[in-house]
Amino acid sequence: MPSKNKAVPPKTPLWARITKHQIIIPIAALLALALFNLIADPSFFRIELKENSAGNMILSGNLISIIDSGSELAILALGMTLVTAASGGQDISVGAAIAISGSVMLRVLCGNNSHPTSLQAPIIVALLVACLVSMAFGAFNGALVAFFKIQPMVATLILFTAGRSIAAWINNNELPIVSDETFSYFGNNIPGIPIPTPFLIAIVCFIVTWLFMKFTNISLYVQSVGVNEKTSRLNGLNPEFIKLMTYVLLGLCVAIAAFIKVSRISTINYSVVAKDIEMDAILAVALGGNALSGGKFSMSASVLGAYVIQFLTTTLYKFEVKATALPAYKAVVVIALVVLSAPTVREKLSQLSKKFRKKAPAAKAA
Amino acid sequence: MKMKKILAVLSTAALCTAMFAACGDTSSSGGSAASGGAAGGSDGPIKVGIINNDPNESGYRTANDKDLQEAFSSANGFDAKFAYSMKNDEQIAAAQKFIQDEVDYLLISAADTAGWDSVLKDAQAAGVSVILFDRTIDASEDLYEASIVSDMAKEGTTAVEWLKGQNLDSYKVIHIQGVMGSAAQKGRSQALTDAAAADSGKWEIVAEQTGEWNAEKAQQIVQSVIDSKKEFNVIYAENDDMAKGAVAALDKAGISHGVGKDVIVMGFDCNKWALQELLDQNWNYDGQCNPFQSSYIKDVIDKLEKGEKLEQKTIIMDEKGFDATTITKEDVDKYGIG
Amino acid sequence: MKEDSLLEMRGIYKSFPGVKALQNVDFTLRKGEIHALMGENGAGKSTLIKVLTGVHVKDEGDISLQGKGKVNIHSPQDAQKNGISTVYQEITLCPNLSVAENIYIARGKGGLVSWRGMNKKAQKLLDSLGIAVKATQQLASCSIAVQQMVAIARAVDMDCSVLILDEPTSSLDESEVAKLFVLMRQLKERGVGIIFVTHFLDQVYEVCDRITVLRDGQLVGEYEIENLPRIQLVSKMLGKELDDMADIKGEAQPEIDKSSTPVYAAEGLSSSEGIGPYNFEIRAGEVNGFTGLLGSGRSESVRAIFGADKVTGGKVKIDGKDVKITKPRQAMAHGIAYLPEDRKRDGIVGDLSVRDNIILALQVKTGFFKPFSKAKATEFAEEYIKLLDIKTASVNTPIKSLSGGNQQKVILARWLLTHPKYLILDEPTRGIDIGTKTDIQKLVLKLASEGMCVTFISSETDEMLRTCSRLLVMRDRKLVGELTGDQLTQAAVMNTIAGGEKNAE
Repeated sequence: MPSKNKAVPPKTPLWARITKHQIIIPIAALLALALFNLIADPSFFRIELKENSAGNMILSGNLISIIDSGSELAILALGMTLVTAASGGQDISVGAAIAISGSVMLRVLCGNNSHPTSLQAPIIVALLVACLVSMAFGAFNGALVAFFKIQPMVATLILFTAGRSIAAWINNNELPIVSDETFSYFGNNIPGIPIPTPFLIAIVCFIVTWLFMKFTNISLYVQSVGVNEKTSRLNGLNPEFIKLMTYVLLGLCVAIAAFIKVSRISTINYSVVAKDIEMDAILAVALGGNALSGGKFSMSASVLGAYVIQFLTTTLYKFEVKATALPAYKAVVVIALVVLSAPTVREKLSQLSKKFRKKAPAAKAA
Repeated sequence: MKMKKILAVLSTAALCTAMFAACGDTSSSGGSAASGGAAGGSDGPIKVGIINNDPNESGYRTANDKDLQEAFSSANGFDAKFAYSMKNDEQIAAAQKFIQDEVDYLLISAADTAGWDSVLKDAQAAGVSVILFDRTIDASEDLYEASIVSDMAKEGTTAVEWLKGQNLDSYKVIHIQGVMGSAAQKGRSQALTDAAAADSGKWEIVAEQTGEWNAEKAQQIVQSVIDSKKEFNVIYAENDDMAKGAVAALDKAGISHGVGKDVIVMGFDCNKWALQELLDQNWNYDGQCNPFQSSYIKDVIDKLEKGEKLEQKTIIMDEKGFDATTITKEDVDKYGIG
Repeated sequence: MKEDSLLEMRGIYKSFPGVKALQNVDFTLRKGEIHALMGENGAGKSTLIKVLTGVHVKDEGDISLQGKGKVNIHSPQDAQKNGISTVYQEITLCPNLSVAENIYIARGKGGLVSWRGMNKKAQKLLDSLGIAVKATQQLASCSIAVQQMVAIARAVDMDCSVLILDEPTSSLDESEVAKLFVLMRQLKERGVGIIFVTHFLDQVYEVCDRITVLRDGQLVGEYEIENLPRIQLVSKMLGKELDDMADIKGEAQPEIDKSSTPVYAAEGLSSSEGIGPYNFEIRAGEVNGFTGLLGSGRSESVRAIFGADKVTGGKVKIDGKDVKITKPRQAMAHGIAYLPEDRKRDGIVGDLSVRDNIILALQVKTGFFKPFSKAKATEFAEEYIKLLDIKTASVNTPIKSLSGGNQQKVILARWLLTHPKYLILDEPTRGIDIGTKTDIQKLVLKLASEGMCVTFISSETDEMLRTCSRLLVMRDRKLVGELTGDQLTQAAVMNTIAGGEKNAE
């Protein structure tokens, strides 16, 4: 077959590639928020090294608060991205699942006693048990979605409703408190390390995720199943198994997020812990420019989306927005972001910029 | 394929019901009477419908619920049914259902003070006696038989009086509120707001946000104030959980708190662990909110059954505040919840 | 504008990132004329139509309509308002609505609708056009042919002066095509100008008055049908003199050794789609085909071989050894490859890049823990882009933005990359231009000569006659005959399909 003369396409510069990529949305949001704070009060960005009451030097400041408090959300965003991509729906039970996972950890660490003076089991055992339990619940959700073909939001509604009751039952409606210093390191600071531990845990999760995506075909398989299940099957993939896997992986993320939560104040209140975090997780995925109907995804964009949400929350707290009004402000900002990231708007913007660029050289020539 | 779907939905529904039943079982106890005197009416057990907030809401609520469950057991001659919700409309719907079920007594701890008029009127029409407990309702007195409540406003003033008694040169307060609109929040907030308004030279409310009874939110609020470099020396948290969250933020920033330290910490509810913090002198004050209303309620029911008239409609429970400098181990054991 | 011109397009330019789709193209349509628009894949036919119908906005050039002078068409609504109607290759109606609703949808004047009135009007319209269907029937329950005719009825009812038919006959059988032509001639009488975009040469010569040929985004010429013999048309489309395609099988096919072990052998194979049980074998180097009318079960038979449908029975041997093939994964592991008939539903993964689509099958074969590096994947992709001459801006382009024929080539590349022992091709040349069709047929023969077994299914019998050494004839989901050697003629095929009753052929 004669091959037509193909010109090698010019290499697109990095900045151009980024602007075309969906990751530009959360990046733009972060820049906008940063700019806003810069103008309103530059002291927002101040970071200090102070001594905490245990005598250790730790970093503090609004930016530190953001990366600290946003850890659980960012970790959840990892799993939620996969679930959304493969099954075209969302798991709304993650908040309740965190309650269950946290309760399991407390049960293992505190035994039958509400206020034990020492750990009843090693921390690592508690974490492992919690991981297994979360992944089992994840598999439950995944099975409903993959094998019974129930719509994800409907399927996960079950755990959303029943989850916190299950969490309460695990500890007999009590609220056990762990009293072990090393345990609290994970949600706060390890002596000698000024960076908050939750952020370090999140970084580890990011690295593991990146390695997983680099050294396996998870990305290709999940995207393929999400875009076209029939074709995927005809190419030898097992869409049901892949969907199930994504929910199990989200379960793993839930366990790690729960671990951080419990460790922060050495206890959780099962009825309010991680309330509404599922909405934020879904929002993070959407802010990252991922289609909530499934298909192609960008993990890094979701993670950035999570930090955008946390940035927004911290900014609103700083400006002493009443907690009751907070959701309304959040909604406005999110709507603005989502509209700006819509394909039709982006197209109009790029058309405008093209026109502008055409005029500029013409003006130059004149 | 459709059959499969129907089967799936049915089996998961069955699974859920089973789960709920299992969860419900642990709390329903056939426990022996905690308070004396079986109150059994002459013709079978007394039917009681009890509407309460979510027992998971806080340690206070769990103790309150447990107390009621034990008191109104079948062994004591009661046929009690419980409905839990933190939502106004759900509570009202549950009340309507109990009225239809022809309970003898309807016990209500309202999540919200408003919206109960029609229900109370319906109850009256059906001959159901209504007893309010723990929280008040905005309704005319003749719509209910009795109300056994904590005087939240009194809780607030007791706390604020104690604070005034600390004789600080200036009061810079971080005010962490409970769920807005709840009786507890209204009462406890009012006292502080009044004090600050009365003496604005000396008193300043540095920040006022609702933590919605949640430790995490409280921590973020205090963290934000710390980051903004504002000065403060009092944390007025409207329940123990939020106080705990606030303290976590202080510890992170290395700010000292407690007796003789930089920041005064105040909480409410008197959870055992919170009173322990007082004993350890990490916190300064904790206001009691008595969850044990069942004995009062039983007294009322007794009287009504015998046909006696009640001396007072509104029975206010005895509540006090604990000071870290005067609290004893016996206090912790006796008054601590949980 | 000329007197009897209905439509004149002059000097049309249109480009997309990396591709100059149209350069200085002219097109004229006269009143009451059926005008064919032809060209290979990537010649610019689709783009020209889309520019005319407002889907794309032209970069330069003029469009003039009779009685209106120059017009600006910026959206499909503009096109419709100007009396230009289109019926696309893939039915763009709503299958869940009734025929009448589909005819009148999105054309409402005012909010209230009188259903009975609408149904009556629709029935009158259908009857006047000779379309035998009830106006109240649900569209999905009609055959594709009827759906197409309903789409045309809708266009006609909107008083179009220009009717564009984009590949209307791809999914129709002969009788349905005949009905369509009757309708088209009727419209011609009424003075409607029809632009007929198609690959089927025979049909062009049967019904059209004029032909415009495009090649590589440029106009080759406009000709009257009497003045253009077929061979000339094809050579103009390809830009070169072409060997007589009828003799593509000139080289002697190597004799298949009947005693050798078949690469694939199935006994009593049946699937949940109502196929079989049937027996089938194929040996190395053999090219066989399944033929029959639409719906006779050709695709279902090969899907059963690949495990694409649920296999309900049968024993399968690969190279003489018993194996289990109930899932595509297993078939792939045994060296079988399958190019599906419905490329949109079963073939492409729309949002993924050309590169990802090409390496997909091989990647799954290689395993979950062994992903190809981006460089390696790009290398694979570029190899086949070159080999099959796939027109794409880059390996990263999402496959959905390629033309149909190029998409088909990508899927073919995907399966060729797996170096299968046994390649099944179901309608591989559908929607592909003549030049590539020939190339694919040549490729199939080359692969066979190298030892691959190939099963080839096509609705164009002459294609199969050219490439296959054995034809299995199906009727009503059953295998009714096998033709080899001298029996491989059109007549023999028709007879076997018909089964004893002589059809007027």
